Amino acid sequence: MFSWCKMMKSQTIFAVAALVGLGFVGTALAQDYQRPSVSGIGSVPSEAQIAAWDIDVRPDGLGLPIGSGTAELGEEIFADRCAQCHGDFGEGVDRWPVLTGGQGSLTEHRPEKTIGSYWPYSSTLFDYIYRAMPYGEAKSLTPDEVYAISAYLLAENEIVERDQVLNQDNFAQIKMPNQANFFADDRSKSEAYTERCMTNCKTEPVTIVSAAPELDVTPEDE
Amino acid sequence: MTSALNRRRFLAAGAASAGAVATGTLTAGAAKAASPFEMKEWNQYLGAGVDDEPYGTPSDYEAHVVRRNVPWLTADSVSSINFTPLADLEGFITPNGLHFERHHGGRAIVDPAEHRLMIHGLVEKPLVFSLEDLKRLPSISRFYFIECAANGGMEWRGAQLNGCQFTHGMVSCCQYTGVKLSTLMEMVGVKPNGKWVMAEGADAAGMNRSIPMEKVMDDCMIAWAQNGEALRPGQGYPMRLVVPGFEGNMWVKWIRRLEIGDLPWFAREETSKYTDLLADGRARMFTWVQDCNSVITRPSPEKPWLDRKGFHMISGLAWSGRGAVKGVDISLDGGNSWIPADLEGPVMPKCLTRFNLPFEWQGQEMLIQSRAYDDTGYVQPTFAQNRSVRGVNSIYHNNSIHTWHIKPDGKVENVQLV
Repeated sequence: MFSWCKMMKSQTIFAVAALVGLGFVGTALAQDYQRPSVSGIGSVPSEAQIAAWDIDVRPDGLGLPIGSGTAELGEEIFADRCAQCHGDFGEGVDRWPVLTGGQGSLTEHRPEKTIGSYWPYSSTLFDYIYRAMPYGEAKSLTPDEVYAISAYLLAENEIVERDQVLNQDNFAQIKMPNQANFFADDRSKSEAYTERCMTNCKTEPVTIVSAAPELDVTPEDE
Repeated sequence: MTSALNRRRFLAAGAASAGAVATGTLTAGAAKAASPFEMKEWNQYLGAGVDDEPYGTPSDYEAHVVRRNVPWLTADSVSSINFTPLADLEGFITPNGLHFERHHGGRAIVDPAEHRLMIHGLVEKPLVFSLEDLKRLPSISRFYFIECAANGGMEWRGAQLNGCQFTHGMVSCCQYTGVKLSTLMEMVGVKPNGKWVMAEGADAAGMNRSIPMEKVMDDCMIAWAQNGEALRPGQGYPMRLVVPGFEGNMWVKWIRRLEIGDLPWFAREETSKYTDLLADGRARMFTWVQDCNSVITRPSPEKPWLDRKGFHMISGLAWSGRGAVKGVDISLDGGNSWIPADLEGPVMPKCLTRFNLPFEWQGQEMLIQSRAYDDTGYVQPTFAQNRSVRGVNSIYHNNSIHTWHIKPDGKVENVQLV
């Protein structure tokens, strides 16, 4: 307790001395204050710095790097780098994503949403594989390898021929079969729920149709 | 002296741990029959000093209040989600260590000295910012909820998981501190045809999403702090995107790049995933807003009433991505009649809001529900309403009114009704 008080006292003395010493005759007076606008923060990146990170690809082909590949080449790379999780033909191992098949299943009880059955744009394949795959070793594939793997997956989904050469000029022109089935969020119209019933809201007696304990899939602490 | 004290503390802790193993939970006093009115160790002996725990941790008696995973949901815990233990939380703030986590390439550990945020594309002057640069800019602090679009997604076909941690725990709420994206956009000078912004993370997933410029200029932020301290690595340290009211997947963590464009990118996370498949095979895309939603956190399967007849507080959380929660109604009879609950406050837009209703329980069987409505007039729908428009395969954006079955013994089960 004694040393704490002593410390406080000596700091106060020091602070007073500092004020006296500076004299405060500078220009930083309140009446001269003008609120500045933000400026001079951040730096301008070089072209090379932008290029090093600018890897995204859009449906109109913007961002596709120069390169090419075929399904025949892609099959080998896929077996080596991808099949461990996705299966040799994109059928999926365990719970890892299924990439092929599923056409016609979207209205079924268990829809299979694959590249062929669901994805609206081919560009998404390139964009995603190039940035995020292989899982655990992202950004290690060359543009040629990504064109080849994409070609293989598109061929396995019967969207391109096995010998078709895909490159920066034709990749974005591939038409995906399910594209027309996507539409923009319409909830504000189709789900504009505004009724707030307070009494006699049910016309039929209420009955329980499912109870979670019956399924017994809830994780339990060990 | 010190070693004797430590030894005593160690023995006491060991006894508590042994009790926890025996009962399965670590609840104060539960394992011991001793009276609270007898002399306790802590009544008599000194506790630890101020140096033993430079960063504080919760009481050992709260060790059950943790995030949990549902292992069968995903192929791998590295690209997966855990759930916030909502039933044990108070007020509307989620402690940083209990905030749900969803990663697509694991929890990235990013060195801020080696991290940059680049803004380029359709701009007058591309710019790169370090964390220190951003911290020099005018900042704001705002309370917002964040919710995964898949919250409640396991319940579309019927009641499946027995706990509000699992049915609703993909939601958290924090105070975020950072710079408004509009400030950064003004600094780079967006060109007139710059209508979309692609946000991209620095993690192994390189998560990328397209965000309309209107939203970017409205209330988006680059945040570096959460609840007063630096973001946790699991929440995107050193910086993340905050997109208030929009699905959590858009709140790109470890953010390193914003590209301005004239069209959206249709990235994997806005086409293959985070699109809502309807029963007719068509799919909604760009379903960004998190609809008005609510859940009763007490009672719940985790917080049963167990033969405790008499006075109880029914309590829960409500939220809306469209604005502020205006009110919450509670039903005790499976939705036939409703009672307005009390909002605890503060009530803020795009923020969790706590509601309460005092109740005298006589041991009767009940089907209790909460129904929130927001300041746009939107009222939380039933499962029947949502299914009639969407079917049961949309995975995302389930905000249906949820039912807890209170049994005569006070146990609580997750059920669905017709």
